[in-house]
Amino acid sequence: MYTRILVQEEPFDVGEEIGSITRSSTQVGGVATFLGVVRDINDDDTVSGLYLEHYPGMTEQQLAAIIETAAERWQVLAATVIHRVGELAPNDEIVFVGVGSEHRGDAFAACEFIMDYLKTQATFWKKEKTTEGSRWLAERDSDVEAAARWDDSKEG
Amino acid sequence: MIKVLLFAGLREDLGVDSTQVSGGDQRISELIRSLATQHGSIWQETLTAENILVAVNQTMVKGDHAVSDGDEVAFFPPVTGG
Repeated sequence: MYTRILVQEEPFDVGEEIGSITRSSTQVGGVATFLGVVRDINDDDTVSGLYLEHYPGMTEQQLAAIIETAAERWQVLAATVIHRVGELAPNDEIVFVGVGSEHRGDAFAACEFIMDYLKTQATFWKKEKTTEGSRWLAERDSDVEAAARWDDSKEG
Repeated sequence: MIKVLLFAGLREDLGVDSTQVSGGDQRISELIRSLATQHGSIWQETLTAENILVAVNQTMVKGDHAVSDGDEVAFFPPVTGG
């Protein structure tokens, strides 16, 4: 299985990443991707930027474990997770998840699963700069629920 | 020596990103008491707050986990990446 995990300050190139997944094996029949982008509004406040912090070493290990779990559950030929850290501005691409599988069902499900688990388990922390000042974000119940539904889903 | 790491809001509240505690086998609760003795009682309150997560050697742990000489213990708030 082709696996690529990066935590970096630099931007990434979505086209290149999709190309690498596509070319990782001639078995790949579909690539599902998620691209997270910094938005300029959160909880009704204007957001002028984000600061992203992570736990070097642990974060990368967790992302590898999340990909392994997805690959046990669905057919995954290739998986890439790239997460940016440091200072980010609205419209910046912050996270990329791409999964290549033989068929789209596996690719879609594994991609969504990886993203849901990344949000609730991987050691990243976001600080928002708003007109009201800077604040560390709190965990969202909707994210916890999104990850928890994979535990109940049998067909998944 | 036990290495202690702090992240995000905890790092800012306590004003340092890492510190060390001397000593060998102990529980997380004893480690926190030592940190409070060294650095002030705000450490006790901050590190025992309800939602604080703990990792030992980069693996999440629950409850009053045991730690040993040479371990890396990290305290942090719930994660908010993605």
